[in-house]
Amino acid sequence: MSLPKRRFDSLIIGAGGAGLNAALRLSAADARVAVVSKVFPTRSHTVAAQGGVNAALANVLPDDWHWHMFDTVKGSDYLGDQDAIEYMCREAIPTVYELEHAGVPFSRLDNGRIYQRAFGGMSQNFGGDQAARTCAAADRTGHAILHTLYQQNLRARTHFFDEFFAIDLLRDEEGAILGALVLEIETGAPLVIEAKTTLLATGGYGQVFRTTTNAFINTGDGMAMALRAGVPLQDMEFFQFHPTGVAGKGMLITEGARGEGGYLMNVRGERFMERYAPKALDLASRDVVSRAIATEVREGRGCGEEGDHVLLKLDHLGRDVVGRRLPGISEICRTFLGIDPAEEPIPVFPTAHYAMGGIPTDRLGRVVAPARHGPEEVVPGLYAAGECACVSVHGANRLGGNSLLDILVFGRAAGNDIIQFLKEKPNHRPLPDSAVEPALARLARWDRKGEGETVHAVKADLRKLMEDHCGVFRTEAVMAEGVDKLKALRERIDGVRLRDHSQTFNTARIEALELDNLVDVGMATLMSALYRQESRGAHSRVDFPKRDDANWMKHSLYFREGDRMDFKPVRTKPLTVESFPPKERVY
Amino acid sequence: MKLRVYRYNPDTDIEPRMQAFEVKSWPGMMLREALLEVRKQDESFAFRHSCGEGVCGSDGMNVNGRNRLACITPVAELKEPIDVRPFPGRPVIRDLVVDMTQFYEQYRNVRPYLVRKDPLPEAEVLQSPADREKLDGLYECILCGCCSTSCPSFWWNPEKFHGPAALLQAYRFLADSRDQATDERLDDLEGPYKLFRCHSIMNCVDVCPKGLNPTRAINKIKDLMLSHAI
Repeated sequence: MSLPKRRFDSLIIGAGGAGLNAALRLSAADARVAVVSKVFPTRSHTVAAQGGVNAALANVLPDDWHWHMFDTVKGSDYLGDQDAIEYMCREAIPTVYELEHAGVPFSRLDNGRIYQRAFGGMSQNFGGDQAARTCAAADRTGHAILHTLYQQNLRARTHFFDEFFAIDLLRDEEGAILGALVLEIETGAPLVIEAKTTLLATGGYGQVFRTTTNAFINTGDGMAMALRAGVPLQDMEFFQFHPTGVAGKGMLITEGARGEGGYLMNVRGERFMERYAPKALDLASRDVVSRAIATEVREGRGCGEEGDHVLLKLDHLGRDVVGRRLPGISEICRTFLGIDPAEEPIPVFPTAHYAMGGIPTDRLGRVVAPARHGPEEVVPGLYAAGECACVSVHGANRLGGNSLLDILVFGRAAGNDIIQFLKEKPNHRPLPDSAVEPALARLARWDRKGEGETVHAVKADLRKLMEDHCGVFRTEAVMAEGVDKLKALRERIDGVRLRDHSQTFNTARIEALELDNLVDVGMATLMSALYRQESRGAHSRVDFPKRDDANWMKHSLYFREGDRMDFKPVRTKPLTVESFPPKERVY
Repeated sequence: MKLRVYRYNPDTDIEPRMQAFEVKSWPGMMLREALLEVRKQDESFAFRHSCGEGVCGSDGMNVNGRNRLACITPVAELKEPIDVRPFPGRPVIRDLVVDMTQFYEQYRNVRPYLVRKDPLPEAEVLQSPADREKLDGLYECILCGCCSTSCPSFWWNPEKFHGPAALLQAYRFLADSRDQATDERLDDLEGPYKLFRCHSIMNCVDVCPKGLNPTRAINKIKDLMLSHAI
């Protein structure tokens, strides 16, 4: 076998917040680390995060990490693992300070401290008054954080493979992960990267839905790689629809817009959230607000000619607040809608936004899967962090401001555990030639020539199918039909052919490889959604409208082989504090 | 709607050519969407793009002679046929995809990261809102490259002149009240090329899709150097 091969201590796939924060730990510890990214690192989708990152700094109002923990457990509809949630909420505070020290240009209060805004689902004192916990750099917090992390990685001399696409993980017969086969996009040349540990930090997969806030690159590559390596995906039925995507287009309008005092209106000019969340109003949890908007529209109170959206009103906040606190969304409104949000309301509708589910990990970032001795055995050498992972801190519904937090805290945790791993296991495991063959076969499949469907046609059908059969409100019949259709679509992949077989910067080939990934994660989503016969968090079953803790307070696991479902218990015991038992969720 | 796009695939083409496409437009259509329609007709047409809302900085290109981000350029504002070419002055890898290595290298050359020398406090380093405001118009750069690749000084001396994007970032850290490497930063910029090749042509200001002003930042660095020298 004449494939070129590079050896590193640690391989990180994905250069968003999670991958870069892990890389920073590793580079600082003098580990040889390779970061592989299919785009230049600052193009990663972390860049698009707007509103902020949660930490109980108490700069504006009293706060406590324990209150943050309560809100997160409640927000998760009691499906989040409480040990991981406690860890995240405690670590949030030093994590944000660390970011500030690294250079993030946070907005400031008059006393020079970091500006914090109100966000959905956040309370003081275990469900009391609204909290101000979300640390913000205007409404460009993700951009500020991603660029800062990249900059500090330049300083630390992290080794980057920019515009390399990961094909598949490499594993030996014992199931240990040995690195990955990657493709240099510019030359089309495959490369084996051998590593003692591999961290998947590839982000989300919103591109599986037709209308999404997600970027073109969010195609679930890491999740699908994990599936093909025999690892299940956890809680994939829980996909967050962000209440305020630009109607019909999908660009995100941050929850910070409501945090700054904006509110939603229906066609009658009613502030309808009063009926759905009397206390928290527009700052109820995202699942609650999205369902409220969808209900208003379904019941004929939508706005516009088609009655297909509601309005987000900001004009009462004044030009100064809108301009200073929300400059990014003002720009989006001007560019894509031709309106000034300081004068006119924004048409919005729930839009596919965030995967709560993903690759199951423990709170050290290690990937865990059912094996001989229980449901959570460590997959040797494999880590995951960020949106592609499911720790699970978000459970059935993520709170705004907790995703930047998740990628930072668990990217860091994974980096630290990898350092420990490298101390204990200083040698590479042998890499047999046979370990590379499945990945090479996946790549070679797209060399087939001749007549066939196009990648574009199948991808468009997939995205429509997922939108039609796995949206905000779900029923058995609609989802079962969706699964049948998706199985048929999966068969069609075999007949798809590329027209372009050239080597240099062949984006058609990359999109074909991404389509494979989208189909796999789409199936995981639909299968998991069909199986869960209850309503919890973002998963709303019209036919099972209630949460059912007796039967369903458990994590679902989808295995690619045989489209098999399994389950494992929720970790309800925190690290040091009392457990929060499930309660009815009202806002 | 008519477009003419630059085509060059080194695997098959001896020289570049312009290829005409006709696509159906819709109200509010952005150029990126038009190029995706072109891709539907011909999947071998390559260009970089991702977020679709002007924050990732992937889809910079030359449109009717001017550098722009395709995803925030409404086609209705463009004269037809719309001529779409790769950034000027950069080696073409394929179609609209150019080699940005030199651009990124210049960015790395300005130490684009905060340097603190004092021991770090337990909490945040304090910064007044007024000091923080000095970073507005600087930190928002998305590294799309529209500015540097429209700068004649960068065309002639890309290996010596840092270019507007990198210099904007150099000033972003000079302007940060938390940064403690002012002397080193200014020393690094000494000499006739790195900074002083800027002749205030202001193409960078003209094309920046984020409305930033690299020329002003460059002039502020020049002022700092002057007071530094005294």
